[in-house]
Amino acid sequence: MYVSRLARSVLGAFTALVLLVLYFPIAYIARLSVNTAKTYAWPPRGFTLEWWRAAAHASGPRDALVRSLETALLASTIALILGTLASFALTRHRFFGRNVVSLMAVLPIALPGIVTGIALNSGFHRVGVNLSLFTLVVAHATFCIVIVYNNVAARLRRLAPSLEEASADLGADIFQTFGYVTFPLMRSALVAGGLLAFALSFDEIIVTTFTAGAGFETLPLWIFNNMFRPNNLPLVNVVATVVVLLSIVPVYIAQRLSDGVVGATGH
Amino acid sequence: MRHANRVAATAAVLVLIATACGSSSNKSSSTTTTPKVQQTIGKGEGAVSILAWPGYAENGSNDPKVNWVKPFETATGCKATVKYFGTSDEAFNLFKTGQYDVVSASGDATLRVVADGDAAAVNTKLLTNWNDIASFLKLKPWNSVGGVSYGVPHGWGANLLMYNENVVKPAPTSWGAVFDATSPYKGKVTGYDSPIYIADAALYLQKTKPALKITNPYALDDTQFTAVVDLMKQQRKIIGEYWSDYLKEQDAFTKGSLVLGTTWQVITNGVQADKSSPPVKAIIPAEGSTAWSDTWMLSTKSKHPNCAYEWMNWITKPDIQAQVAEYFGEAPANLKACSLTTNRDHCKLFGASDTSFYSKLAYWTTPTAKCLDGRTGVTCKNYADWTAAWDSIKG
Amino acid sequence: MIGTGLRRRISRVLWRRPRLRLGLLLGGPLVWLLVAYIGSLIALLVTSLYHYQDDPTGLVQHLSTSPSATNYRRLLDQHVYRDVAFRTIGAALTVTVIDLLVALPVAFYIAKLAAPWLRRVLVVAVTMPLWAGYLVKGYAWRAILDPAGGVLHQVFGHSPGFGLSGTTLTLAYLWLPYMIIPIYAGLERLPNSLLEASTDLGAKAATTFARIVLPQLLPSIVAGSIFTFALTLGDFYMNQIVGGTTQFLGNVVYREFSANLPFAAAYATLPIVIMVAYLLGARSTGALEEL
Repeated sequence: MYVSRLARSVLGAFTALVLLVLYFPIAYIARLSVNTAKTYAWPPRGFTLEWWRAAAHASGPRDALVRSLETALLASTIALILGTLASFALTRHRFFGRNVVSLMAVLPIALPGIVTGIALNSGFHRVGVNLSLFTLVVAHATFCIVIVYNNVAARLRRLAPSLEEASADLGADIFQTFGYVTFPLMRSALVAGGLLAFALSFDEIIVTTFTAGAGFETLPLWIFNNMFRPNNLPLVNVVATVVVLLSIVPVYIAQRLSDGVVGATGH
Repeated sequence: MRHANRVAATAAVLVLIATACGSSSNKSSSTTTTPKVQQTIGKGEGAVSILAWPGYAENGSNDPKVNWVKPFETATGCKATVKYFGTSDEAFNLFKTGQYDVVSASGDATLRVVADGDAAAVNTKLLTNWNDIASFLKLKPWNSVGGVSYGVPHGWGANLLMYNENVVKPAPTSWGAVFDATSPYKGKVTGYDSPIYIADAALYLQKTKPALKITNPYALDDTQFTAVVDLMKQQRKIIGEYWSDYLKEQDAFTKGSLVLGTTWQVITNGVQADKSSPPVKAIIPAEGSTAWSDTWMLSTKSKHPNCAYEWMNWITKPDIQAQVAEYFGEAPANLKACSLTTNRDHCKLFGASDTSFYSKLAYWTTPTAKCLDGRTGVTCKNYADWTAAWDSIKG
Repeated sequence: MIGTGLRRRISRVLWRRPRLRLGLLLGGPLVWLLVAYIGSLIALLVTSLYHYQDDPTGLVQHLSTSPSATNYRRLLDQHVYRDVAFRTIGAALTVTVIDLLVALPVAFYIAKLAAPWLRRVLVVAVTMPLWAGYLVKGYAWRAILDPAGGVLHQVFGHSPGFGLSGTTLTLAYLWLPYMIIPIYAGLERLPNSLLEASTDLGAKAATTFARIVLPQLLPSIVAGSIFTFALTLGDFYMNQIVGGTTQFLGNVVYREFSANLPFAAAYATLPIVIMVAYLLGARSTGALEEL
């Protein structure tokens, strides 16, 4: 498709502007992490490394980070398994009630977090399950399934079944076909889905509020419990900045992984 | 947000206490028979589960200097698990599960907790700091029933009127300033974002509309409640922002987007500490003020009652009280803490020991159907009604 | 590891019996969703038929589990709940439209115009903000929206301030990556050859976009809109931070959750109905199939 040079520049400039807007608040938080005043108010004032020093000695945010990673890892692993299974079932098979199942898979993310949160909360209460890491992971995995499902199903629909049939004709069994043909072709979708699920779980607070157990403070909960106390605000800003910096790692890895595949599919 | 419902919970508690003290025909088992209390503090169970407002049970994980949980663990051998709650309602619901040994309940939660049978009466003889706790906080309607204490007071604070001295002239002396429909500060007035804030309007009408015969801002019958809610709806039109977390109010007063409204002393201190902010002042207006008071309560289902007592004794020690009060920004319940605070004027600033100060306060209590002011033959609006009204006030 | 022979045998059985294959694939996810989620939703709907009653002492309330329409009647009788619902739905639609308008050109540029190295960088750049805390970003928006000398005020001399428009803008900001990512993915899947064919056949860029790109993108757009719409529909924290006096459905549900759970449950059925209708509508256009 031919896009004029002007249109190209306009679109490029617009993209740059959007990125600027996307990053301004994050840059602002980073700036506040070295602010002398303990406030969010614009403009920032002064410069100090005091909060970074304080954060280096604070075990609270580190513990919370570990808990968040733990939760997100468990939840996205479960979601990867269940979401992939569901996507194969729904794209490779026609059966009665298929639409209902696909609707059901989409529901946990399509319903607002507060609905999912209070539903799961009262559900756990009803069956007498105390809130814990287990309930939190169940809750997160539930709304993450659909993320994986969406990504993988979209890829599967575009993979011509003829490829898998050809593999079978050549004598490969179901598992070999999956391992040598289907899996490599859907790897980037798995990575994308898994990563999106991980990110969603990592930063989730609404459902978390209703399903996390006593003493189990994930990073968003830690932020929530501390950011309204002006004394701890600068610490929150440091932590938020660190998390953004750390996130480069998984995002970059995912990008590398999916890149090779995008190339392989002849994009 | 977490503090919004604390008011509500406090209110609930206060209601329960008031009713209980009325020694009316209350058939609630917890109020008619003298409850059994623990007689001795035995060997610690090695653990205690604490349900607390954020800031009440710090273990040094955010700031190594702010730590009174780890020393407690070392001293008593009771390993503390802390769960924070955001609102009094949340505290009530969590405490009900029986998973927690102690809770720092506000006055709008305490009476509910007692009436629901979740809180145990405490043996004040086992409370080592009981005698040092300010008398105006002990055996009050929001933490006792029938003369039996259901916990040990922790700390308290008043809901003051703060204003920007550069903008608000003449200086306000009455809560009328925040209820004036024709206020010149329209859009720059703030209110507290919780159903319990309705009590502020009730207190104002109690003092300025004697015809309504309000005697307790937490005990409102139909007519009184309608008048109060109408005033709140009128106020809504001049409100710029409601606040429930104090960072937000502090920022807004510092920047000047808010100039007038209800506050806590700790917020005022924060604004005043910021050199770039306009001068602000916080007062108790002529009508007095509403206030909150928190109490550590013991669960009837506690699996670690000895450690729970140890905790209640630890958190009310003068030195710990001084730390918590300064860190959280409140008046300590134990007056011996006043000589131990880093800022020698802390207690003075928060009115901790000033009789004329606390006598002007109407502490948060949970509104209940049984009127807290002792009236019989009339049904008062309960906390669920207050919440529903708050929905419609915010519109 | 199972031996090759056994694996082959299992494979043959599975190959010949698609129903068994389906059962194995679907069993786990289905049980999980039914037990954990649908079960909870049904519990919530049942709760919405309960109500609280004052106990004779008048001190506490007890939960009455005999079904009644009390909560639903209150929802219908008091116009405030309708107002709040319409306000929330309006904001959810506005946020979705804003995000769509912003995401389309950005995603198109990233997927089809940017050089491969730049594309890689941009995808990372768009994804990263999702990792910065949601509440923290919300507070940063206070500094932007502040009518007394915030960023917007200083740069443009005007700011919508704290209120409905402030919340809407902030939410549109927060959910934007959720719209860009699926649209980008959809565009990436769209073969360049298709676009070239369109051009070869004489179509202008705009025509190609409208006739070829958009229809192919519909499923991705719907996927993105489900995020932006649903996330806005249930949000309550941003109103507390930048909403001034505004409340959304989420604020009411959150407040009532602790004060009056059955009523909160009843009000929560509204977003459930809206989203199920939304999903069914999406399906009738064939979009849900593509989700």
